[in-house]
Amino acid sequence: MRRLRLLMILPVLALLSACDMVVMAPAGDIAGQQRDLLVISTLLMLLIIVPVMALTVFFAWKYRESNKAAEYEPDWDHSTSLELVIWSAPLLIIICLGALTWAGTHLLDPYRPLDRIKPGQAVAEQVEPLQVNVVALDWKWMFIYPQYGVATVNELAAPVDRPIRFHITSSSVMNSFYIPALAGQIYAMPGMETKLHAVINHPGEYVGFSANYSGDGFSNMRFAFHGLDQAGFDRWIAGVRQGGQPLDRERYLELEKPSEKVPALHFASVEGGLWDAILNMCVEPGKMCMGEMMDIDRKGGLTMASVRNTMPLIYDKYAGRGSNPAYFGSDDSYVMTICTPLQAAAAAAERTRRSELQNAERGPVDRAPLRGMGLVPPGVPMASLSLSAPASAAPNA
Amino acid sequence: MSADQLIPLIFGRLTWEALPLHEPILVVTMIVVALGGVALLGALTYFKLWGYLWKEWFTTVDHKKIGIMYMILGIIMLLRGFADAIMMRIQQAIAFGGSEGYLNAHHYDQIFTAHGVIMIFFVAMPLVTGLMNYVVPLQIGARDVSFPFLNNFSFWMTTAGAIIIMASLFVGEFARTGWLAYPPLSGIGYSPGVGVDYYIWALQIAGVGTTLSGINLIATIVKMRAPGMGLMKMPVFTWTSLCTNVLIVASFPVLTAVLALLTLDRYVGTNFFTNDFGGNPMMYVNLIWIWGHPEVYILILPLFGVFSEVASTFSGKKLFGYTSMVYATVVITILSYLVWLHHFFTMGSGASVNSFFGITTMIISIPTGAKIFNWLFTMYRGRIRFELPMMWLVAFMLTFVIGGMTGVLLAVPPADFVLHNSLFLIAHFHNVIIGGVLFGLFAGINFWFPKAFGFKLDKTWGLVSFWCWIVGFWLAFAPLYVLGLMGVTRRMRVFDDPSLQIWFVIAAIGAAVIAVGILAFLIQIAVSILNRDKLRDTDGDPWGGRTLEWATSSPPPDYNFAFTPVIHDSDAWWDMKKRGYKRPAKGFRDIHMPKNTGTGVIISGLCLVMGLALVWYIWWLAALSFLAVLVVSIAHTFNYDRDYHIPADEVRETEETFERRLKATEA
Repeated sequence: MRRLRLLMILPVLALLSACDMVVMAPAGDIAGQQRDLLVISTLLMLLIIVPVMALTVFFAWKYRESNKAAEYEPDWDHSTSLELVIWSAPLLIIICLGALTWAGTHLLDPYRPLDRIKPGQAVAEQVEPLQVNVVALDWKWMFIYPQYGVATVNELAAPVDRPIRFHITSSSVMNSFYIPALAGQIYAMPGMETKLHAVINHPGEYVGFSANYSGDGFSNMRFAFHGLDQAGFDRWIAGVRQGGQPLDRERYLELEKPSEKVPALHFASVEGGLWDAILNMCVEPGKMCMGEMMDIDRKGGLTMASVRNTMPLIYDKYAGRGSNPAYFGSDDSYVMTICTPLQAAAAAAERTRRSELQNAERGPVDRAPLRGMGLVPPGVPMASLSLSAPASAAPNA
Repeated sequence: MSADQLIPLIFGRLTWEALPLHEPILVVTMIVVALGGVALLGALTYFKLWGYLWKEWFTTVDHKKIGIMYMILGIIMLLRGFADAIMMRIQQAIAFGGSEGYLNAHHYDQIFTAHGVIMIFFVAMPLVTGLMNYVVPLQIGARDVSFPFLNNFSFWMTTAGAIIIMASLFVGEFARTGWLAYPPLSGIGYSPGVGVDYYIWALQIAGVGTTLSGINLIATIVKMRAPGMGLMKMPVFTWTSLCTNVLIVASFPVLTAVLALLTLDRYVGTNFFTNDFGGNPMMYVNLIWIWGHPEVYILILPLFGVFSEVASTFSGKKLFGYTSMVYATVVITILSYLVWLHHFFTMGSGASVNSFFGITTMIISIPTGAKIFNWLFTMYRGRIRFELPMMWLVAFMLTFVIGGMTGVLLAVPPADFVLHNSLFLIAHFHNVIIGGVLFGLFAGINFWFPKAFGFKLDKTWGLVSFWCWIVGFWLAFAPLYVLGLMGVTRRMRVFDDPSLQIWFVIAAIGAAVIAVGILAFLIQIAVSILNRDKLRDTDGDPWGGRTLEWATSSPPPDYNFAFTPVIHDSDAWWDMKKRGYKRPAKGFRDIHMPKNTGTGVIISGLCLVMGLALVWYIWWLAALSFLAVLVVSIAHTFNYDRDYHIPADEVRETEETFERRLKATEA
């Protein structure tokens, strides 16, 4: 009987060996370390799970009603030493696992730049990580290579053993950026940026996809990930440059519309500031960028005017996949002008400068009231500002 | 005013297009359901059962009947939720190599959303609430719950929620967002249809019922225990029910609030969870899981109680480590509020935040582990009778530890990064919800069925059901563990990689085996009803029970106990039997009882109309039904005819009949 049981396991083993368990055998160092943690944790827990399962079967068998030879102590219900064991055994395991978790979580924090590219090989100092800006679109992926000035859709490539730094966002809804062979996933969220650091160690063809349901076309939201050697990567970049069209705001807005099973697309050039605009949800010309709005708020906001100033913010609220606004929602309105084109350009330049100094410390908050065309000067009542006749308040230059 | 303006004013956005006539699957379902419904209504009318149902069941305030109705609701909804599961399994088993399967995205996405929502809110919750409703008052020696009318109202509100979700099958559509409806996908911009509105109103209306029933049971347990039953003499099932209801009362308002905010976003154009205007979808994800994680323990804790009762009863032994069992339950209750973030480690919180929530999650496994050991050592040196509930317990212990292990594994953030949202996760939570909640419910149903109906459930069909569930469960979910390790994510409709197909086929076979298990369970009930005379439980204590519910007859009289028992031990009935307890034969008094009322049905019916009106933007009807809810509620407060007395003679007669039956059994 026992031998027969072993025989029954055989086809399962055959099946298991036939399948490609990418999570258990990844090609990137980060995913590899995550796999190691997974295996160690499992083994640690099996230390307690296996005895419990064995004891369950053993007790169930030994103390069955028909076995009159077994002891029967109907009133035995307490044993301090046993209680100590049953609370402390899991506790010990969890202490080990907790320490492992604390260390592992910090070491493998996706936001943390890599310090090694494979076991025993630290990242060389002069190596600049490959930066890829990732945008989850409905339902495809866009990759912008700022260092190479190119972009692709549904196709990603990286040279082996060179650290990759992903900046990830989404155009409409939540997705999750996941290449199992490379590293664990991280959410892609509109108007927000998440980061992921990873490295691919073996050349090959891998699959990436969205791991967070995002609507109708979700199942086909997959892309190819090529792990290439340096020469191959250079060739690939050159190929993208040659074959592609430019990616400007108009093309992006076209791409952004929902579509499924989009074949790989190549773009030879990328309009300046596009990534910034995507992230700040202001690709459409004339929209106010989130960063701009935050600037205004940082300086004290537009006070009551901001309540009405909604039109320039709208990016996807009603223009998503449906198009009907909330039934009782108010109409969109806006403050006609905030500043002269010259000031706007200056503000944009200022914003670019600040985003470049992303990691630098923030200066003290400027509490001075915001001034500009169409804004009420300090001390003037709000009533002079109205929707129908916007921007009639005294200009202040 | 022209007809073009008038019709939307009357019918909102409800048009003929709302009927899914273009979906053949739904049309067939609709015809079958309609025929079945007509047949049922016809039968009820033909056999003149309407009056009986209304007087004895719909309007009842008896916790036992309400408990049974909750169970029936749960079982009916299980069939719906399982039909969804089967459809998903078939789709995933065939949609390979360019095949689109048989479900389009619009339909498939509704199915997995409905499956999750129905299984949690309208299967697990009613079944758990039903069990608590039935058993808790009996276990603490009470005549009913604290607020009997509220109990009836809670049940009908839950049912109204269930009806709303069922309506979405045939009129309009259900949400296509996944069972927690994360924005921005569930916002008006990306889900402009009625689906998410169905979701919101079904949950809001059912949520009122759940919250009120939680308050009711807390009050009952705290205030209505029999004299002598201190907190540390309460049966473990009552303890776990208390903790569950505390969790319900503390967490369901969060769900109500977060859904209300989503409603405002969708109806009024506010910006709580929008991408821009300062809205933040991450806030929704946090809030919904602050409800969602305690919800997991709301489901499992009562079943831990069931298993404790089953373990000691069928091992013929006191429960090992009663005190540590109670403390473990309380610790789990508290810790369940400190772990919600483990559902979204991948949202970009820092490493320290992630580790904190990972480690608190692991800490929960310590009291849970202690519980497993306590059941283990309850079996130790016992005399184990392998009746069906005990078999479910052993199956649970062997299954649940695996689910627990994969759960702790997912609590390690770096491991979660590779397994999050994968089929491994799906396998994990089905491992604990089926292996824990569902197995527990089957143990509980088999255990307390004789108490509720006066006869045991048939063992043969029970065994068929048991083995089909066990085998089916592993066949259906072991492949999902494997697929998760192969990097396959959840909620996929079509697949490229042909090497995955074999696993999905195995999983589909597993689902089919589970289907046989469900069928066998239904047959088990039918066969037991047919053979009820042979299976009769005459003495009210068919298993050699230990707690108070076994001290009364099966089924218990309306008043549960003619005299309120006095408690000296946590296993009160076992203790009474040991001391040679004699049932009192005289000194009966009139028993004060609450009277049935139809108000619960009426208010819930009005809420149902209001919910549907809000889904379809029929504003006049929503306003009208809301007004009616207020009027009926206020009118009900003027109803002073709400109680009656069971005369002492009738009590004596009932008790003497039972006494004679007891004598006959002994003889």
